[in-house]
Amino acid sequence: MKPTIPPLLIYALRRLLQAIPVIILIMMGTFLLLKMAPGDTVDALVGDMGGADAAFIARLRAEYGLDQPIWVQLWRYMVKLATFDLGRSFVYEQPVATVLMDRLGTTLLLMATSLSLAFSIGITLGAFAARRAYSLADNLISTLGLIFYATPSFFLSLMMMLLFSVKLGWLPVGGIKTIAGFYTGWDHVVDVARHLVMPTAALSLIYLSFYLRLMRSSVMQVADQDFVRTARAKGAGETRLMVHHIMRNALLPAVTLFGLQFSTLLGGSVVVETIFTLPGLGQLAYQSVIQRDMNTLMGIIFLCSIIVILVNFLTDLLYARLDSRIELS
Amino acid sequence: MTVEAKPILEVRDLRIALPKGSDRPFALQGLNLNVHAGEIVCMVGESGSGKSLSAGAIMRLLPEPHVTVAGGEITFEGEDLLAKSEAEMRKLRGNRISMIFQEPMTALNPQKTVGWQIDEVLKLHMGAKRKERQAHAIEMLKRVHIPDPESAYNAYPHQISGGQRQRVMIAMALALSPKLVIADEPTTALDVTTQLQILKLIRDLQKEEGAGVLFITHDFGVVAEIADHVIVLRQGEVVEQGPAGQVLNDPQHPYTQALIASVPDLLPPPHKPVTTRPTVLKGTGLRKTFAARGGLLTGKRKAVVAVKDLSFELHQGETLGVVGESGSGKTTVSRLVTRLLDADAGAVEVDGTDLLACSPAELRGMRKHIQMVFQDPMASLNPRKRVVDIIAQGPIVHGEDPEKARARARELLELVELSPAAANRFPHEFSGGQRQRIGIARALAMEPKVIVADEPVSALDVSVQAQVLKLLAELRHRMNLSLLFVTHDLRVAAQLCDRIIVMQKGEVVEAGFTAEVFADPQHPYTRNLLASIPGRTWTPPYRKTDAA
Repeated sequence: MKPTIPPLLIYALRRLLQAIPVIILIMMGTFLLLKMAPGDTVDALVGDMGGADAAFIARLRAEYGLDQPIWVQLWRYMVKLATFDLGRSFVYEQPVATVLMDRLGTTLLLMATSLSLAFSIGITLGAFAARRAYSLADNLISTLGLIFYATPSFFLSLMMMLLFSVKLGWLPVGGIKTIAGFYTGWDHVVDVARHLVMPTAALSLIYLSFYLRLMRSSVMQVADQDFVRTARAKGAGETRLMVHHIMRNALLPAVTLFGLQFSTLLGGSVVVETIFTLPGLGQLAYQSVIQRDMNTLMGIIFLCSIIVILVNFLTDLLYARLDSRIELS
Repeated sequence: MTVEAKPILEVRDLRIALPKGSDRPFALQGLNLNVHAGEIVCMVGESGSGKSLSAGAIMRLLPEPHVTVAGGEITFEGEDLLAKSEAEMRKLRGNRISMIFQEPMTALNPQKTVGWQIDEVLKLHMGAKRKERQAHAIEMLKRVHIPDPESAYNAYPHQISGGQRQRVMIAMALALSPKLVIADEPTTALDVTTQLQILKLIRDLQKEEGAGVLFITHDFGVVAEIADHVIVLRQGEVVEQGPAGQVLNDPQHPYTQALIASVPDLLPPPHKPVTTRPTVLKGTGLRKTFAARGGLLTGKRKAVVAVKDLSFELHQGETLGVVGESGSGKTTVSRLVTRLLDADAGAVEVDGTDLLACSPAELRGMRKHIQMVFQDPMASLNPRKRVVDIIAQGPIVHGEDPEKARARARELLELVELSPAAANRFPHEFSGGQRQRIGIARALAMEPKVIVADEPVSALDVSVQAQVLKLLAELRHRMNLSLLFVTHDLRVAAQLCDRIIVMQKGEVVEAGFTAEVFADPQHPYTRNLLASIPGRTWTPPYRKTDAA
């Protein structure tokens, strides 16, 4: 017998192969788009210095390789990228990889908490509302969902700051920790958690309303299906129906949305991180655009693409696990 | 039939109220019935007769509060079901009263294994250990004759066939030897050969267990096959009930007589000298394989041969039936000859021109010679267009003057026996049978040489089906139409087709004059098909009466 490769491994390998051209296309597209924007790193640097003479500017450009034609710059960048070298940030005077790793933790923490909160609470509320469709509770939940759905995150953030930080003084306005606190151990954890409450709430409330609405309609649809009637005819009670028959099937669209939302959440975190001055990738991206820190920006996009592709892969695995009709092959 | 003194189920004067604004206030009005141990009671009726709701009422599974029991009594083994609490009902359901549903496709939870779903009933009512329950479930799968029960126990519903799924449903329903089994159209979605097996299975198991069965169906053939006692429902009212033999062979009520007369009988029409007339449609060496999909980077799927080397000739004024079970490739044939699907090889000649070799521009011109009538009369008419525009659209596209085309459309409506006032209405305002008439008028508007009808009466109630078939036969006679008629229903084929082609797995196993094939089938598959027609030994009385 010849050794068999587990199908999951083959599937993972194939997905990896598929991801490579996607990432190359994303990087090339972003590179060209950024080059089309007026101004480069040198303009930003010189602007910060308050002006410099033309010869100095030309020398700086030559030093950074910015005097070359765009396609040469692109080629050099892509060749370096192929060895996972993201280059140096001219603003932070550090390798881009180091800068990114410093910031990644904060963003992932923010995203993971917001998304899991949004997912779990949204699904619970949605299922609850569907089981009591058109009742007072359902109307209340659905209306609240609609309000959150329609409120932009920056507005929500500012209003929360006004209420909880300025008026009530319960929560810190921004940052990831109290700078002069030097907390350690559990005190540190509590401190960080207190700083994250508002950003997480701002980010998750909107996504929560997505899940809520999707889950409500999904549960109502599944509850009408024949196999639910079969289960009733078998003598199953409402709890059993909900757990084993309805939720199991109604969750599938929500899982799909989970994968899709991860990418939009990265974009959403730019606004929230900037407003709450959290040292995360979103804030870094915003500053890099202002300062024309090309390498950092490209690095962020590279990292985000990988995260999104990875999450989508994991979602597909989860989906295949949840839906017995799908086979990975 | 020995009838014990005390029936298992007694329904007295049951009334079910529909929500306000429905077409009638009561779905069911004054239903009386008894089901005794070891008896199969068939409830027959057309769609909207309230037969499924009465099953719902007995199980106390009506879609409340919209539909409610408004009065009457339901007594099961001496206990008043309507007075029971929800918790008490839950103990009965699946345990002493169980139910088999129509759609084996959707009635099982797609995310749970067959074993899990049978085990659910046992877990709810049996109170035995896991090992015992599993042994019992596998024993049940064995009793419903599922091949390899141990592996089926771990299979998901999508991994087994439709017939096997229905067997699983039956295993589930009979797992705890219920006293009463309610079967709601359990074989309607199945092929004839599978249907017969399932009917036999229900009959056998019911005899072994001595349970009472309330069997709901619309098909008199099935009634003839299985019933001891028959109840005929119309619009929520019982029009007739009695022992099966009496109702089937000597129906008293005019409605029952009309219904039974609508059942197409199995006597094919006499030979017409059709083969001497000119050929209008000729298929040669048609072949279609649904290719294997996927490759290096995506999932693979196996290639399916839908049609293998099919040749046929359709003469002017002739009706050629293509019959077969699901998966036989008969629908693919109808799509190939109309070039809605491109064949891999072969030729389709319409009046001597090869349709498959036409350029797109030529094809557009050829389309008017060959028209289709589809199965689902709801889905095949554009819901946003008025009937007159639906019918006139074809000729207008082909360059006819719009005014003339509309005038002609109105004439056609009369021809298919619809009032001219129908012209300005939308499809949803019509019943299924009327919509199918519109579909036929739409096909006729092009004055085609050939009409391809893909299961045109399968979605219709039997009395409506009889009317549409009669209309088709008349039109064929009057307009000298040539029909390629695709159907799974051998009774329908026997009634309308001059010649038939029997298909199995993409291959023609037998072809010939309908009368000859029915009288003396050569191929074992044809013989099996014919032997599986429900109620084949029963010849409906009133055959020549004008139907409903």
